[in-house]
Amino acid sequence: MNFDPSHSKRSFSSVGTRPIRPDGVDKVTGRARYGADFNMPGQLVGRILRSPHAHANIRKIDTSKAAQLPGVKAVLTAADLPDLTDGDAAMYDILDNCMARKKALYDGHAVAAVAAIDARTAKQALKLIEVEYELLPHVTDVDQAFAPDAPLINDTIFTTGVDPKPDRPSNVLMRSQFGHGDVDAGMASADFVVERTFKTEQTHQGYIEPHACVASVSSDGTADLWVCTQGHFVYRQHCAQLLGMDASKLRVTSSEIGGGFGGKTHVWAEPVALALSRKVGRPVKLVMTRDEVFRASGPTSATSIDVKIGALKDGTIIAADATLRYSCGPYAGAWAEIGAMTAFACYKLENVRTVGYEVLVNRPKTAAYRAPSAPMAAFAVESAIDELAKKVGMNPIDFRIRNAAQEGTKASYGPVYGPIGIGPTLEAVKNHPHMKAPLGKNQGRGMACGFWFNFGGQTCTDLNIGKDGTVSLAVGTVDVGGSRASLSLVAAEELGIDYSQVRTVIADTSSLGYNDMTDGSRGTFSSSMATISAARNAIKILRERAAQMWDIPVEDVTWEKGHAVAKGETHGNLPKLSLKEIAAASGTTGGPIAGHSEIVADGAGVSFATHICDIEVDPETGATKVLRYTVVQDAGKAVHPTYVEGQYQGGAAQGIGWALNEEYIYGKDGRLQNAGFLDYRIPVCSDLPMIDTQILEIPNPNHPYGVRGVGETSIVPPLAAVANAVSNAVGVRMLHIPMSPPRILAALDA
Amino acid sequence: MVEVTLWGSLAAAAEGNSKIEIEAKNIRELFERLSERFPRLEPLMARGIAVAINGTIYRDTWSKELPTGAEIYLLPRLAGG
Repeated sequence: MNFDPSHSKRSFSSVGTRPIRPDGVDKVTGRARYGADFNMPGQLVGRILRSPHAHANIRKIDTSKAAQLPGVKAVLTAADLPDLTDGDAAMYDILDNCMARKKALYDGHAVAAVAAIDARTAKQALKLIEVEYELLPHVTDVDQAFAPDAPLINDTIFTTGVDPKPDRPSNVLMRSQFGHGDVDAGMASADFVVERTFKTEQTHQGYIEPHACVASVSSDGTADLWVCTQGHFVYRQHCAQLLGMDASKLRVTSSEIGGGFGGKTHVWAEPVALALSRKVGRPVKLVMTRDEVFRASGPTSATSIDVKIGALKDGTIIAADATLRYSCGPYAGAWAEIGAMTAFACYKLENVRTVGYEVLVNRPKTAAYRAPSAPMAAFAVESAIDELAKKVGMNPIDFRIRNAAQEGTKASYGPVYGPIGIGPTLEAVKNHPHMKAPLGKNQGRGMACGFWFNFGGQTCTDLNIGKDGTVSLAVGTVDVGGSRASLSLVAAEELGIDYSQVRTVIADTSSLGYNDMTDGSRGTFSSSMATISAARNAIKILRERAAQMWDIPVEDVTWEKGHAVAKGETHGNLPKLSLKEIAAASGTTGGPIAGHSEIVADGAGVSFATHICDIEVDPETGATKVLRYTVVQDAGKAVHPTYVEGQYQGGAAQGIGWALNEEYIYGKDGRLQNAGFLDYRIPVCSDLPMIDTQILEIPNPNHPYGVRGVGETSIVPPLAAVANAVSNAVGVRMLHIPMSPPRILAALDA
Repeated sequence: MVEVTLWGSLAAAAEGNSKIEIEAKNIRELFERLSERFPRLEPLMARGIAVAINGTIYRDTWSKELPTGAEIYLLPRLAGG
């Protein structure tokens, strides 16, 4: 779609304002309906039996006793979910992850399910299912799984991306490589070199709302699914394919979402709920417990990363090299590949090389987590950059400014950048009062940069003008962070009406064309492009209707600030017609007025952020306290600045938790030891300072308003910013995240 | 005729060529010609490829024209959160 790129000079009336969020009242009063809030008459309770073993052959499942328990209406195993994936390996992995077929591949892997009249009966039934396992050697650590003698998780895996093809299987699924120049020669010419190995532990997105759905399959083969998800169209597609249904027969309605961050881009229990409902002929509600969310949804990768960076005496980085090993769980993924692409994206480098390895482990299937894979790579690179700046004798911010990518720089992952904001974020941080504030004893300050691509994708939108002149906007991108408010602002901006006259809703899958899910920071970016297009289509009709009402040629009608205006000598004196007046007459001028748009919203603008963190460390206990935190990020154009600031703060809060406390802890038996919020500690309000934000606006030339995505970049720098702060506070380079008190004490004692 | 740059892993599957000159007027034709010329690219292409044209990444607009002299770079199609 082509737009006038003169956005950078345009002034806005609605976009950029801060109206009260439309979902706020419902959310604080409890009226909002999340996944688990939906119920149907006659519904049953679904529960899933999960493997207690990290790796085991499933020799036999006997469900007879469970099936005979009074109140149990259906029992389901993999035998009830035949393989309909037709050679699609990715879909087969999803099928196998939803219900193990031959092997249990991690602690928590689903092996059977029941539907019963109540939760107590369902739970009792699970205990009556007898599963005969043959235990197999397991491996949960990414470095151990990478080793040649590691227990083999899938003997059909031969590493791809290497030549020649290996002659024996391994847990290394794929090798990927990016870069340009001559890294070895560059490194040889360096005056200073830093070489380190970093580790990060596996974390969960930590959304407060668990996965929840209600599935109802009718005897005529049509079905409904109410679910919390980031992408109800994708869920429809996956569920329909796995169950052999026509997609059009399955209507999926998304609920309010209590956090997703990438974890609700995959189906987990939804196909099982549909299969149970189909088997028993009644609605089935399936809500994961917190234990199940940790053990059996999709956390991020654990990583192990080698970084080597060389610089000249004048502070120029002359070569950069990284090898990244990312865990995928037991199924295919491309997480190290993303880490390899983002690792050095902030910098202008003549010689750069990154190599990524995808590693299978006996842990849950890795899923996306907010700028997936980038935070871990940034932790390793930004830590090494800080250390290198000290070796060169420059302060870390001037060192980064000297080497920052700019428009025209060849990115470390390949293409040449257009207008970008890394330089401006660094300059803003350099001039920020935070950087000049004094520090006390045992306190340290760290800073770090971060990058994320941002995506567009398939998007479909309907804009309907009511007879009273108010506007209903139906979009298909789930609102995970305030997009309904942003899109109402965009519609109001285009139509020239007040924000209060627009209501945006998320349409179900039977009411709108296909939409990709809300991921890749694409919700507001892509749906705003579609909304602008739909609004402009509606304006075309409004002009036609006005021309009809005036009986003049449509070419003589323009649209200005919510009104049709007649132009020309013969009818220039006609009083202008408001949108409301044209809408009121629509019944006799051709019927309803609407604008529709279906687009592929390519052209997303990359975004950069720089963060500052002050921290205090208790050297006796290793306990940490974040004292002050500042986020500076390029938004392109902030449609609703309050939501943008919220995204900046949310990403920083999650990143601080990841940096300091959060980790999956596995025992020697391969079982997860801390599947609950008491033992897996996410930050609460009292752990955090007020997070300051500064929005920069370097317009994306491919969006009519200059919008870039804002949802993900904010989680990329915190791991490194916090690590640099802790390292500066204790005088020891921190190499392992999370920097929990025992790990800090161990670093101090080393 | 346009010059296309392949990322490291893709180049390995294209007989080691990191830069390829190819006759293609849009992304669809580019993918077709690449598959014909380098069959080993097909599994990687099936996994998903994005095309950066003068720095702007296109994932789905296969009708996008490839201007002569433009910087064209093939990238993996990525997931977001």
